[in-house]
Amino acid sequence: MSVRVLAAGTPVPSFSLAREDGGTFTDEDLRGRTTVLVFYPFAFSPVCTDQLNLYEEVLDEIRAHGADIYGVSCDSTWAQRAFRAQLGVSIEQLSDFEPKGATCRAFGVLHEGGFPQRALVIVGPDGVVRWSYQAPSPGDLPGANLIFDGLAAAAAA
Amino acid sequence: MGGLGSAPLPPLTADDHVTGPADRPLAIVYADFECPYCALLDLRLRRIGARWALRHFPVRSKHPRAWAAACAAEAAGLQGRFWEMHAALLADQGRLEDPHLWERAERLGLDVARFDADRRSEAVAARVTRDFRGGVRAGVVTTPTVFVDGVAHPGVPDDAVLARLA
Repeated sequence: MSVRVLAAGTPVPSFSLAREDGGTFTDEDLRGRTTVLVFYPFAFSPVCTDQLNLYEEVLDEIRAHGADIYGVSCDSTWAQRAFRAQLGVSIEQLSDFEPKGATCRAFGVLHEGGFPQRALVIVGPDGVVRWSYQAPSPGDLPGANLIFDGLAAAAAA
Repeated sequence: MGGLGSAPLPPLTADDHVTGPADRPLAIVYADFECPYCALLDLRLRRIGARWALRHFPVRSKHPRAWAAACAAEAAGLQGRFWEMHAALLADQGRLEDPHLWERAERLGLDVARFDADRRSEAVAARVTRDFRGGVRAGVVTTPTVFVDGVAHPGVPDDAVLARLA
């Protein structure tokens, strides 16, 4: 089975994710801003410098492009909150816990193992995917350079 | 500053920090002084007599003192003792607070007042930032990352990769 992340030009489907504060984050929350969604397989993956730590290091520059950035996984909000605290990052996490993986499936990133593929999706203020990237395997960490490539492509689209 | 979009690995420049025998192939290593795997890599590279250029890749949310340590190494470098400070930092990664940095500077015989001014200077910050940004643009995402013949190997490289540097 080979699922593929939504391609540029695709309108974002309706979706709902849980926020750390108990609220919901839906496709409506994407309107009016450029948004970077970082899909990752699991909280607490055992790598030294985590992908999210690196993105945190360049967060100001991501925001300077007028973009917001969120992490998305199928972990519960409690696990995501603990993960974020352990990493020491401020990037807000969104949970696709229940119904499990529904949003990841809608974005074409749900691995058959029940977790998100490692993927980046940049959505324009109009709710249309402007750029996306799926890592060759869940063990491959997409560099921050790809986010900036994507933001440049999104701005040009 | 320029952007952070993808770009080739920056070529070696005259002010890159290079160590090891000149007749060996050159690796380019992106590392962070607070990263235990970077200390392990350093041991392995030394054991096989490799030659490498060391570039800074401090990620502060993961390693809060990595940035300060990188600046300390650069400041020591301005007094000709980059690699000595490099070794002193990796040898004791649990002690990277300011007094520990001053202690090392003193032990290495540096002008400590000058060291302290230099490590907080804009020039040193710009030097560390240059390395970091070049690494980001080349796709570095974890420490250590070792480039051999332009190909990135994230993490501590396996024996097959190390053998190419021996």
